[in-house]
Amino acid sequence: MPIHPDPACIVGAFEHPTRKAPDKTVAQLHAECAAGALADAGLAKDNVDAYFCSGDAPGMGPTSMIDYLNLRVRHSESTDLGGCSYLALVAHARDAIAAGRCDVALITLAGRPRSEGHSGTTPRTRAGTPEAPWEAPYGLSTVNGYGMVAQRHMHEFGTTSEQLAWIKVAASQHAQHNPHAMLRDLVTVQDVLDSPLISDPLHRLDCCVVSDGGGALIVARPEIARSLKRPLVRVIGAGETVRHGRAGNVDLTTTGAAWSGAAAFAQAGVKPADIRYASIYDSFTITVLLQLEDLGFCKKGEGGRFVADGNLISGVGRLPFNTDGGGLCNNHPANRGGMTKVIEAVRQLRGEAHPAVQVKDCGLALAQGIGGNLATRHGSATLILERQ
Amino acid sequence: MSERLLPAPGVTPETEAFVAAARAGRLMLPWCADCGRTHWYPRALCPHCSSTRLHWKPASGRGTVYSHSTLQRVAVPFTLAYVTLDEGPSMLTNLVDAPASGWHIGMAVRVQFQAAEDGTPVAVFSPDQPGSAGLARESGGGIAR
Repeated sequence: MPIHPDPACIVGAFEHPTRKAPDKTVAQLHAECAAGALADAGLAKDNVDAYFCSGDAPGMGPTSMIDYLNLRVRHSESTDLGGCSYLALVAHARDAIAAGRCDVALITLAGRPRSEGHSGTTPRTRAGTPEAPWEAPYGLSTVNGYGMVAQRHMHEFGTTSEQLAWIKVAASQHAQHNPHAMLRDLVTVQDVLDSPLISDPLHRLDCCVVSDGGGALIVARPEIARSLKRPLVRVIGAGETVRHGRAGNVDLTTTGAAWSGAAAFAQAGVKPADIRYASIYDSFTITVLLQLEDLGFCKKGEGGRFVADGNLISGVGRLPFNTDGGGLCNNHPANRGGMTKVIEAVRQLRGEAHPAVQVKDCGLALAQGIGGNLATRHGSATLILERQ
Repeated sequence: MSERLLPAPGVTPETEAFVAAARAGRLMLPWCADCGRTHWYPRALCPHCSSTRLHWKPASGRGTVYSHSTLQRVAVPFTLAYVTLDEGPSMLTNLVDAPASGWHIGMAVRVQFQAAEDGTPVAVFSPDQPGSAGLARESGGGIAR
């Protein structure tokens, strides 16, 4: 049963074109993204009365950026669920608008991990966390955590490296049409298998790019959205959760998408078969496969077969995904891919994706994100968006 | 595999008893006097029932590999893993004393301690029976979950 009969809409979306910005500050990138999203919406800075950001924003929560942008807000929030934060923030903005706490919400993301030399092999344990003494000595990074996830899925379900490679192949098919994508060359399954092993069973081409840049979204009260000239993209379903080691009962083959996805589908009153386009968080190929299973696009364990043979390629397969090239080929700004997942879903619903990858009559889309590390603890957030 | 210097775990009020036992070569697990369950990673309140009546008991030190991945693109490659202890919980660890190609899920392993860069002993696992690094063994998880 839909709980929002007239939900807030995404009225502005902007992806920064840069992929390397050594000459810009993080705050500057946030502000450029904010200006881009406002221009896209046809709104002015002074229309904004709520600001949402996450851990990539410099300063104490949202305060430094509200100051830098010179906003006057009556609502602010800085939830940090890692890379999926921006999907959660869209839902929080929608709900804050429904509660009467604001009318026009600005959400920004930006970062420069490429200029600052970050990589997926960098140890990621944070000092001072309760888990640090139990993780820091062991060299947990992003890629070896996801390597364990892939290893376990292969063990339980017979998933192969060839099947994982199909996810990268599909992303590259889409990225060839995106002039801003970091990696625009078509790749084959064999190319992925021939790329260097980074942390078994994951190869270099199973991993997303590291890019500078950012993005921004504007969520507005439906009355305001209808007064603008942009197609209406309604936020009809949302779910979020945090999944973790469950006190030692570790299960590496199920993600939080099993919970956040079910909640979003229930709220929207639709089912996976209704979805015409899906943005699926793609920090690694295995990340995509697990979320597709947990969202119900296929049964648990059948993700390998589902993604094979081009099933994720727009115009070819059953479920077009990440038609901008995703994190695997296009962009993963601030090591947080959730913002660009929402942006490409908005493009698809507006009919503004590249013509070569635009899904015909795309009326219902899903955007799904993971933040943190699937091997230890992670956030998951799901959005279901509808064109009106 | 050559030696990798383990980063220091740091000692906190919640870890000092564990570290003290590790210095004596013993792997300890926290058990709850109220719900009767153990957990990982160790903490001051039982994550199952919130009781503070936790006590340390020596673990068998035996387990099986739940999953593993060997990071190649670093100065000294090393193997990250989850080991499911015979008592039930799975713990993050490193696998040592076998080539990267020698590990597989379900393999029987046994704890040993390696000194971190500051000398703190850290629990890592190696094949349970040297010379038979292919022997799989049922995990004897004995606790209700």
